[in-house]
Amino acid sequence: MGHNITVTVNGTKHTSDVEPRLLLAHYLRDVLTLTGTHIGCDTSQCGTCTVMLNGMAVKSCTVLAVQANGGEVTTLEGLAKDGKMHPLQDGFWEKHGLQCGFCTPGMIMVSYGLLRRNPKPTEEEIRHAIAGNFCRCTGYHNIVKAVQYAASKLK
Amino acid sequence: MIPAAFEYYAPTTVAEAAKLLAKHGDDAKLLAGGHSLIPLMKLRLAQPKAVIDLRGVSELSYIKEASGGLSIGATTTYYQITSSRAVAKAAPVLAEAAGMVADVQVRNMGTIGGSLSHADPAGDLPAVVLALNASISTATSAGKGRTVPIDSWFVGLLTTSIKPGEIVTGVSIPALAHMTGTAYEKFANKASRYAIVGVAAVITLDTSGACKDVRIGVTGAGPHAVRAAKTEAALKGKKLDEATIQKAAGAAADGIDCLSDVHASAEYRTHLTKVCAMRAIQKAASRAK
Repeated sequence: MGHNITVTVNGTKHTSDVEPRLLLAHYLRDVLTLTGTHIGCDTSQCGTCTVMLNGMAVKSCTVLAVQANGGEVTTLEGLAKDGKMHPLQDGFWEKHGLQCGFCTPGMIMVSYGLLRRNPKPTEEEIRHAIAGNFCRCTGYHNIVKAVQYAASKLK
Repeated sequence: MIPAAFEYYAPTTVAEAAKLLAKHGDDAKLLAGGHSLIPLMKLRLAQPKAVIDLRGVSELSYIKEASGGLSIGATTTYYQITSSRAVAKAAPVLAEAAGMVADVQVRNMGTIGGSLSHADPAGDLPAVVLALNASISTATSAGKGRTVPIDSWFVGLLTTSIKPGEIVTGVSIPALAHMTGTAYEKFANKASRYAIVGVAAVITLDTSGACKDVRIGVTGAGPHAVRAAKTEAALKGKKLDEATIQKAAGAAADGIDCLSDVHASAEYRTHLTKVCAMRAIQKAASRAK
């Protein structure tokens, strides 16, 4: 039943015996205790479970942990370096890109994926990129500003 | 939500995958991007005993130019399609529609072969491949692969003409004729971006500006994607002025047993089909040069 997988998460290699039905989101949260990745709708619509898998933003509630075997995952916890926040994290702080913060991990990770593909996105491109992530409190304007802030700092 | 338990297999070649499928038969499901299958498994609407993951089968992921047309591997993702220069050139409507599927996270995982095999009534690509006159290639462990014309592929709700033991390996799209324009118009569900109705049009004009050839695919409206045969007939040979387009588009839902659900009533879907058809035809015709 168990499946032996090795996944590099935020630069650290982890080897675990998992059931094939274990979702990547549960693997990250329950096995590796990386609870920065949230689970919201659990139906691949809200996007708060977004992580980077092999360089691409994916909804980890709709990926099996075994599919990440041999791969690389980056979660929100992997963005800050040497105690210094990533410009996206700073951006959400500076531009008030959150109220309750539940959607924030996914918003930051999908924006991280956007800035890797497109370091200088237009406002429209940012809005298009976060279309699969739902915020139900503060609204999207400040989230867009937060991503613009990060893009300007990452130049 | 957690899927029922299953055995997981990760073959690296089509031959290996076909062998596993032959061995497990109806107990097995093929996993490509997983964005249709995994949600179904989480809801326990699908409870396969064996899951055969095709993502490690590298020979299934490609986009090749083939005599002006395209050959696309089954596990090629929406993202790869929408960002491909070859697709933008040879089948722009496919790139356009792939970019309108769900959201970027889903486009990073979801595949063309998965979409066409799953045959979701609200999937985007079924309408597009119908309009593009594509064909689908399959493989089996016994070497009995087929090439299936798209017109005989979608046969019912979530049902295609695939046979037991067959794996979809790729999609071929013929070259577009000179003076052809293409477009995809959809009315999307706000949360999932699934097509409540989507219409793809591929229109070829002759030197006088009349419609020489046309194919129109409709998704979302009925139980499976279909061509709008009456609309096509009403456009063929005609100059595409506003009155002609409007009249032809008015027949786009004819013969479709429109679905009624929480997202839209059958009456509303019928209306949306006509509107999307009109917009797709107008746009495709304006792009035909």
